[in-house]
This record gives sequence, structure tokens and C-alpha cells, in this order.
Amino acid sequence: MKLSMWTYEGPPHVGAMRIAASMKGVHYVLHAPQGDTYADLLFTMIERRPSRPPVTYTTFQARDLAGSTADIFKTACREAVERYRPDTLLVGASCTAELLQDDPGGLARTLDVGVPVVPLELPSYQKKEHWGGAETFYQIIRTLAGNRERPADIAPNSCNILGPSALGFRNRDDVTEITRLLERNGLDVRVVAPLGATPADIARLPEAAFNIVLYPEIADTAARWLKKTYGMPFTSTVPIGVHATRLFLAEVRALAGLAEMDEGDDGTDRMTWYARSIDSNYLTNKRVFVFGDASHAIAAARIAAEEMGFKVCGLGTYMREFAREVRAAAADLGVEALISDDHLEIERAIIEARPELVLGTQMERHIAKRLRVPCAVISSPVHVQDFPARYSPQMGFEGANVIFDSWVHPLMMGLEEHLLQMFRDDFEFNDDAQASHLHAVSPSASPSASVAAEEEEAAPVPAQGTAEDDMALWTSDAEKELRKVPFFVRGKARRNTELFAESKGIHPITVETLYDAKAHFAR
Amino acid sequence: MTAVQNMPSRDPGQDAACRSGQLIRERGQHEVFCGLTSIMWLHRKMQDAFFLVVGSRTCAHLIQSAAGVMIFSEPRFATAIMEERDLAGMADMHDELDRVVEELLQRRPDIRMLVLVGSCPSEVIKLDLSRAAERLNRRLAPRHRVLSYSGSGIETTFTQGEDNFLAALVADSGAQPTQAPPASLIIAGCLADVVEDQFGRLFRDLGIADVAFLPSRSSEALPAIGPDTRYILAQPYLGATAAALEARGAKRIDALFPLGEEGTTAWLKAIADSFGVAPALFNRITEAPRQRALSAMAHYRPWLEGRKIFLFPDSQLEVPLARFLYREAGARIVEAGSPYLHREHLAGELALLPDDAALSEGQDVDRQIDRCLAADPDLIVCGMGLANPFEAEGHVTKWSIEFAFTPIQGYEQAGDLAELFARPLMRDVILSGTRRPAPGGAA
Ligand code: SF4
Ligand code: SF4
Repeated sequence: MKLSMWTYEGPPHVGAMRIAASMKGVHYVLHAPQGDTYADLLFTMIERRPSRPPVTYTTFQARDLAGSTADIFKTACREAVERYRPDTLLVGASCTAELLQDDPGGLARTLDVGVPVVPLELPSYQKKEHWGGAETFYQIIRTLAGNRERPADIAPNSCNILGPSALGFRNRDDVTEITRLLERNGLDVRVVAPLGATPADIARLPEAAFNIVLYPEIADTAARWLKKTYGMPFTSTVPIGVHATRLFLAEVRALAGLAEMDEGDDGTDRMTWYARSIDSNYLTNKRVFVFGDASHAIAAARIAAEEMGFKVCGLGTYMREFAREVRAAAADLGVEALISDDHLEIERAIIEARPELVLGTQMERHIAKRLRVPCAVISSPVHVQDFPARYSPQMGFEGANVIFDSWVHPLMMGLEEHLLQMFRDDFEFNDDAQASHLHAVSPSASPSASVAAEEEEAAPVPAQGTAEDDMALWTSDAEKELRKVPFFVRGKARRNTELFAESKGIHPITVETLYDAKAHFAR
Repeated sequence: MTAVQNMPSRDPGQDAACRSGQLIRERGQHEVFCGLTSIMWLHRKMQDAFFLVVGSRTCAHLIQSAAGVMIFSEPRFATAIMEERDLAGMADMHDELDRVVEELLQRRPDIRMLVLVGSCPSEVIKLDLSRAAERLNRRLAPRHRVLSYSGSGIETTFTQGEDNFLAALVADSGAQPTQAPPASLIIAGCLADVVEDQFGRLFRDLGIADVAFLPSRSSEALPAIGPDTRYILAQPYLGATAAALEARGAKRIDALFPLGEEGTTAWLKAIADSFGVAPALFNRITEAPRQRALSAMAHYRPWLEGRKIFLFPDSQLEVPLARFLYREAGARIVEAGSPYLHREHLAGELALLPDDAALSEGQDVDRQIDRCLAADPDLIVCGMGLANPFEAEGHVTKWSIEFAFTPIQGYEQAGDLAELFARPLMRDVILSGTRRPAPGGAA
């Protein structure tokens, strides 16, 4: 048993739903109790899709347990096929139905529904959402693209894009961006899957020269199988960030047998110049804590270190399946990888790392909010606001531009930071005045009603918490001096000073201590 | 088990006989949350309680996604996620649960009441949580009290989780050794604090003393119940709670539910009559708030009058909501669906529904969608999984979950309640730019 207040991933059948909802002509019959239908709203509400996901639930109840839940499953299957007329039927069980051992796959076969049936065995008590998505994608491909004849004359520049899916972080825009980029480079993108693919498209996968794995979390298993079965090579670089996009293009061009590209970008990369421009000077060595799914976290850490000039003070993922890759990336950056899906542990790591910016998931956004540290979301799990209306890819050169903006905005603008320092006694810059661009990421610094309500809601500070409650730690002079530090760095000043005082055994903290600590932590 | 008891199978024909309206009983895919979801408001109501779901990753994901847990830094609920090796041996399972509880209490020593919430998987494998609660109680009392109930989706829908929790509270209050004198009136059903306070003031002015709310805001203030206790339901989904209260000797005051001016007046009047409050006093005390409710309502009535409204089953509030819409807003009810109809508690409400309104109990969501589209209503009240797809097809919808989360009971909320229905219609007019004939006044 595992105590969990938040989960980074849903159960594996939610992963399967993401694949079903990505595709056209696929329907998923899920043996599950009524509450499990909540998963629909991940798509209709969080992702704001205009249609229900193609899932029929059996909705069995306690009183059915004595009779035959298998019959309920069969009826649901038959009716779903009649009503939705899918080209392919997925069948499976959620965690409760798994305990009933009705064997949806076997039952569906006896029904002879007239369309290919993909039985999904997703062990709910062992595996999680991304694994379920990858496994489902792989099973669909095995069923629909197995036993094919690979054409003799395959154009070497033909490729498929694998991995983008419903509920993925900015996947829809990434596909647009990468497809454009590939086409400009003379590649011919045949099938994108699962997002937007039909079962017929899946059957055509072996007709391309190679595969592009955009999201290893979903596509890795499938790409490996296609390689083993049809000898199709696949890419290993995820094109997030300017460097990675260049590497990716080189890799793709090599696979397609195209000449190496001359350096020089195609004019869409603004990120490189922006990071170099004088206004970005204040970004130098800002401490950044990175946490998310494996691909986004690794990419974000590299961008942070190499392209933004930040200092990565933590890197981790909640996906054990990709621990090796994340560990390697962390080692490159001189930090130790944090592989955990226990958000309390991640909170502790963040507090310890004292970052000035957190790049994480929805969970880290809340941790950061509580610690008053700016934060940008870089990975699922996400919230409705992470499905923006505007075009905002993460991949390719435009993706790098988007990333630059969305990471820098939560931080102070360079010039403005100096102004605030200079004019901190000015009435417009006093403690209650909010920086104009900060509201989206950081709660009001003034004790407004909403903050008060939120703090009431928040848990008592954990033992290793910010210790902001222990006022007696500070002399009143030191407290007053601390108030002079601009609010957006005050939290950090307080934490640093307390850390310093604790390590030196100083009590209480005086004005002296405050400045000693400032000197100590100066870089 | 509890919910099965909640669902006395009665002869539907007999009830349908009182109305000529259609009664549809359905069995198919339900598009309704399970009882775990009620933790969302219960944990806010009772701030020293902590709800520990003993379930699967699905349960954890449900309460997180469905209810916007993500808004809070750290919620007062969690899931003990069962894993593969737990399923192997039941004996270890209890040890595991104890370990998780220990871990939790270490982190949150402020928890006064720990509530173990059963889920589908824990019930299917027959993990006995009431035994676990007893065992933990022996160890942890009096510092922490431990209760249990089932919020599983195979036994409860959405609001019935609250019903089971309240029934567990009632049972527990009987087990508590030190007892204050029994309350004379118990208001059963979660109400927003502001609503509770409003009612509290009205009771005081009416001279009714010793009124207790169930649940109370603190786990320590649970009411004592005795044969002199009368109780009234503030929510229509409290079958098990009512049974538990009656088992302790309390007697039910029958009334409409306190939605809208009419419902609130009827509800208060039933209480007042039961306590022998003079009609003149009653009129004097309720006169001003009644007028306020009516004038607030009047503002929205033009938006709702004559509109066809279809209510999908969700919170079991549907019947009183339909009554309110029909009687006070002049709307036409196409269908009022409810996961389950407690016919005795709803008798007064059902009698006030128009004859041509179809009533449905249970759900087959696909068929219901067909009926809804065929009727082409002006407003569809439905759950979160259905709303956007309907909107995308050009229908105007209202999320039913808001009725469970928003203060809607009582005089001062009558206008708010009407506005919840009117707002999507107003929005439609704004966005579609077609200045439809209607709505004067409110804009
Ligand atoms: S329906 Fe059952 S398994 Fe699903 S979330 Fe609710 S309690 Fe958990
Ligand atoms: S906060 Fe999240 S769960 Fe709640 S309504 Fe908004 S999107 Fe839905």
C-alpha cells in the first residue's frame, strides 16, 4: 500500500483511453464501475475536446457481482459496436473489473463482433498511465500492422511520426511544428500516430523507411517492435530546444540519406539571440529545479543549462521506466537524479535545492506556489490552463521560442528588477504593489483574502518546511530589515538566512546574520 | 452494502400512478461520479477530519482529476493505493493499512477524525474497513477517532458518499461514551457554512433551541441523538442517514427541500409547525427574506420562463431542482433524471412536478442523449463529461456538479440558484450575437 495525496499518473487504462481518444475509428469497451467514467472529463474538460472519448463503460454495480458481470460486458460490447461501428475494438478492464477476472478479451472473441479486437491486459495494480498508453499503442500496431509485406521500393525520405497522443503536453502543436520542419528538410511524413490516425493508417506504418519517436513514453515499445519486425530504424533525439532540434535534424537527414545541412537556422530561431541579448543577463546561473516526464525533464534541463545559462540544481522524473536516461542526463549536469512519484519527497528536494525557478508539472506548480518560487509547467500532468488556445509547441525552433517566453515570464524582467530595487520605497513599488506580470504564477504577496484562504487550506508546514512560522527566530530589527528586501526575493532571503543561521548555530537572527548570510550565498 | 439498503426496490408502477408523466428506469452506462467524490465537500466542511480512501490508483486519480484537488496545496484526503502484493495476502493488508495510517498521522498529527473510505476494489476483495477502524480506534483513541464508510462506485453514486458518511457519524455518535443531552432538532445534510448560519439565525428568531447540524464543522461537536430528537433532511440523497437517525429514535419532519422561496418556506414551516411556532411569528420572521428571495428570483425569471430544460442524472438533487425550475421560474421540464429516486423523501417534490415531465431513474447515457437531442431542450443540465460535447453541438449546458458545491439552499440563495441556470442562457445570447426575443431586465 502506498500513501498518496497526489498522483503523477493515472491507472494504465487511462493510458489506453488516451490512445483510443487519439485515434479515429477506434472504440474502447472498458469493464469498470460507474465512478471510472470520470476519466471522460480529462478529455472533455481538461483538454477541452468537443467530443466524448470513444469509450463505453460497463458500469457494473455491487448487486451485479452475484450474477454475471461477464454478461454485462458482452451486452456493452455488442451495443457499442452496433452504435459506434468502429473499425477496431479495444477491450479491457479497469482495476475493479480486473479483480473479477471476467477476461474481456476472451469474451469479446466469443462475440465475434466482426471487426478486429485488441484485447488489453493492463495490470492496474502494477503499472501506470504511460505504460498503459505505450502498451496499448504497441498492441494496436501488432494487431493491425503485423504480418504485412514490406514494399520493395520504399522512398528513403519517408517516415512516420510516433507518439503524440491526446492529453499529451502540447502534442498537437508539436506535430504541426515538426511536420513542417521535416517537410522543409525534404522529408515525407506518411503517418502520424496515434494522434489522428485511423486503423488503416496503422496498417500502413511498415510502408515508410523509418520512424520518428517524438515521445518515447508512448512510442518506444512500438518503435522497437517495428524495428525488430520490419527492420525500421527510429530516431533517438527528442527535438526540444535549439541544440536538440539541430541534432534531431541531423539524425533524421542521416536516416533519410540526405546530405548534411549547412549550419545556420532557417530564421525561425529567436531563442538563441534572446538568450544572448543583454536583457537576459540577469538569468545567469539562476538556480533551476526540473521535474517532469522523462523526455520533457531531460530536455528542459539541457535547455536550462546550455541555452539559457541557468544552473540546474535538481532534475528528476516520476517515470521509473526512464530512470536510466534521466540519471544519465543528471550526471551530465552534475546533479543527482530524483526518481520518485511521491510528491512529498519532491517537495523536500525542492526546498533543499533552494531554486529560483521551478520547471515542473502541475504538482510542482503548487509546491512552488507555496514556497513563493516562480514556476513554469513543462510536462504532464497538467491542468486545463496548460491547453492554451494559442499555438504553443515545445518542439522545434518555434518550440524553443515558446519555451524561452514561458520560462522567463515568471521571473522578473532584468531591468525591472533593478528598478524595483532602486524604487522600493516608492509607493508604487511597495510591498502590496504587485509586479504587473507576476500574478499568473505567484499569489499576491500581500495578505489578501485569497492568499489567506489558500493558506488556511494549505497544510501545516511540514517539519522540514519553510519555517516561516517561527518568528522568534528573528530579532525584530532583523525582521524589519528583511521587510526591506523586495517581496519577490524575500522568501529566498529568509530561507537562506535561516539555513545559514541553523548551520552556524546562530540564534536569534540579527541584522548582522542577514548580511552574513547574504555574503555567504553570494555568487 | 449500505447503498443496497439505500435502494429499497419498490414497485415503480405504483409511484408512476400518481403522475401521468413517464417513468423511465434504465440500466446501462452511468455517466456519474462514484461516492468518493463527496469527500470534496466533506473535507472542507469538517476541517479536522481527514479522509483516507483505501483503493486503487484509479480512485486516487478520480478524486484528483474530477474534483480539482490540484487547486489546494495539500488536501485533507489521500488514497492508500493498493498494490499487487497487497492483493496476495489479506492479513498483511491490515498491517499495511496500519502502516499507512501511522505514516499519515505522523505527517498530520492535527487530524482529529480519521475516516477510512471504502472503494470498489477494497469491497470486491472484502477488506473489512469497519474492523480496521475498530482496531485503529482501540489504538488511537481518544487522540484520533477512526470511522469508516463506503464510497465505492459499485454501491454509491456521487452524493451517496455523503449519505454513507453521515450514517457512519450517526452510528459513531451512539458509540461515544460522554454524551451531551440529545439535540431537539437535527438538520441532516451538508450545507455551506453561510447557509447554515442563515438558518441558524432563523431558528433562533423562531425560538427553536438546541438545533444541531449534521455534519458539524468540527468532529468534536457531533450531536447526541435520542427519542426526543426530530430531524429534517436538507438534502434529498440521505436515505441511509435517515435510517440511521431513526434507528436511534429520531423522528423525521417531512417537507420539501429548501431550494427556492417555495421550498425554503415549506421546509422552515414544517419545522416551525413541528415545534409549535405560532403562525404569526413565523410570518413575521420569514416575511423579509421571502420578499428578498422573490425579488432576486424575479430578475432571472424572464430568462427561464417557458424554456425547455433537460436534467441528466447526477447529484440526486434533480427532482427538487426541477420543481424549483418549474414552479418558481416557469420553466418546462423535459426530463428529470436521477441516479436513484428516494420516493418517500421525495413524495412532496414529485407531487409538484408537472404531469408532462418525464422522470428517469438510473441511466443508459447513450439512450438518454438520444432522448435529449430529440427533445432539443433550451438548456441541458449534465455532468462534466457531457457538457462540452453538447456545447460543441450547439446546445446550452449547465454543469450539474455546481449544485453540489455552491450554496443554493435557503432564501438568500434563491436568486443565486436561478442565476446558475440563467447564466449559460445569457452567455449564449452574448456569444451568438443573436439578440433572441426574451429577456428584459436582466442583462
Ligand atoms: S468507481 Fe470504484 S474504483 Fe472507480 S474511482 Fe470510484 S471507488 Fe474507485
Ligand atoms: S479546476 Fe480543474 S477540475 Fe476544477 S473545474 Fe477547473 S479544470 Fe475542472
